[in-house]
Amino acid sequence: MPLSRGFHGRPRRPEVDPSRVPPGQYVTNDFPVLSAGPTPRTPLDQWSFTVQGAVDGGAKTWTWEELNALPQETFTVDIHCVTKWSKLGTTWTGVSVDTLLEDVATTAEYVSVYADGGYTTNVPLEDLMDGKAWVAHTFEGEPLEPAHGGPARLVVPHLYFWKSAKWVRGLDLTIDDEPGFWELAGYHNYGDPWREQRYWSD
Amino acid sequence: MGAVVAGAAAAARITWREARVVELIDETPSARTLVLDVPDWPGHDAGQHLDVRLTAEDGYVAERSYSIASAPEDARVALTIERIDDGEVSPYLAGDVVVGDAFEVRGPIGGHFTWRVGDGGPVLLVAGGSGLVPLMAMLRHRAQARSTVDARLLVSARHVEDLLYREELEALAADPSLSITYTLTRGAPERWKGFTRRVDMDMLQTVGPDAVAMPRAFVCGPTPFVEAVADALVSLGHTAAAIHTERFGPTGS
Ligand SMILES: Cc1cc2nc3c(=O)[nH]c(=O)nc-3n(C[C@H](O)[C@H](O)[C@H](O)COP(=O)(O)OP(=O)(O)OC[C@H]3O[C@@H](n4cnc5c(N)ncnc54)[C@H](O)[C@@H]3O)c2cc1C
Repeated sequence: MPLSRGFHGRPRRPEVDPSRVPPGQYVTNDFPVLSAGPTPRTPLDQWSFTVQGAVDGGAKTWTWEELNALPQETFTVDIHCVTKWSKLGTTWTGVSVDTLLEDVATTAEYVSVYADGGYTTNVPLEDLMDGKAWVAHTFEGEPLEPAHGGPARLVVPHLYFWKSAKWVRGLDLTIDDEPGFWELAGYHNYGDPWREQRYWSD
Repeated sequence: MGAVVAGAAAAARITWREARVVELIDETPSARTLVLDVPDWPGHDAGQHLDVRLTAEDGYVAERSYSIASAPEDARVALTIERIDDGEVSPYLAGDVVVGDAFEVRGPIGGHFTWRVGDGGPVLLVAGGSGLVPLMAMLRHRAQARSTVDARLLVSARHVEDLLYREELEALAADPSLSITYTLTRGAPERWKGFTRRVDMDMLQTVGPDAVAMPRAFVCGPTPFVEAVADALVSLGHTAAAIHTERFGPTGS
């Protein structure tokens, strides 16, 4: 790799465990925002969450109150944004996707996650199961701010954070993989930060 | 994976290339333009960005994203970098780098925040600080293509000396189909003709075009700025899907 003359970088932060920082990422303490358009604001009494698509027995929908009545989990994870920042040890509360899919029978292998504002992102179904993903409404003990995806966003911490759709409203279970918004705009279809899968050709 | 590509410019493999600095232009006391020679640059659309990778002697690498300031028509790739005093990468690029230095770049990246003259108009461009960079690429592209698409640019900066590309914008404004409006949020010089407050609904309405004209809006800058402007546009009746945003830097909260 060619050296950059005179570049030393910031003194390495001793408190940061390098094994928790994927290649090309840097650790930040603030919470940058990346979205393609204005922040949508759906009133909670009009909000719902739906699991639909290739599901036997039809779609299932939860109101805001029903979602909050489901078993809640509080979890602490590292998150990695494709714009290079990582944030370690973030704490969220929400409903595990396992809970939402509990009574769902499907032959689908993919999910098209959809959100207010028309945003979609695609994730293999198995990447949302077995404790790997949540629909979260609380960040560090506070209601999730609209700019960060409130009232609720998907959190899939093992993939780049654009997969963690803000303003999430449902999961569309699909037989075929259907690239979403950023995936169609040249970003990687899967997005594993540890393999630095940022762009389609990575 | 090859199917998942939008736009011709994105079709080339996004590989690291060595960029050599051929010219440096001081734009403001805190911002500098780096003109780069990038062998085999695949071309870009106005509004796209690239990734910069710096490598220290001990092998440590730092990557950051920078918007492309130059028009797709230009042979060279220009970046304009605002120095963040406690930053890791921007003080190096906007301060230490000299002509002849090289570093790695890859791109172009981003198929959403882009505009080509063929997309038509009207267009409304709203910039906060260094958020002007990708919008400048759009205006440079528009000028090079001799487009007369109705374009309105609103630039917000703290002080008059922070305004980027002032002379060039003044020259571009000779075109009657382009209007340029400035607002300064931390005090203005005497006889200042622009606005002197943060962007709000009234200001956006004055700059136009009205929501009924269905402009494509491009809003770029620090996150709180983009949030406020995009919300104001929605309140003015602009369609959310026509409002394109790009957010630089931290939340500020
Ligand atoms: C798509 C995209 C395009 C971009 N285009 C440009 C561009 O054209 N020109 C440009 O100058 N920058 C641009 N940026 C921002 C750029 O990528 C870096 O974030 C910026 O240069 C700061 O990097 P740094 O290493 O100097 O600071 P860091 O070491 O990352 O941060 C140091 C400190 O500065 C704060 N900080 C970080 N970024 C900013 C910021 N932008 N404003 C204020 N405070 C900040 C951090 O919170 C931290 O406290 C773009 C970012 C993105 C995501």
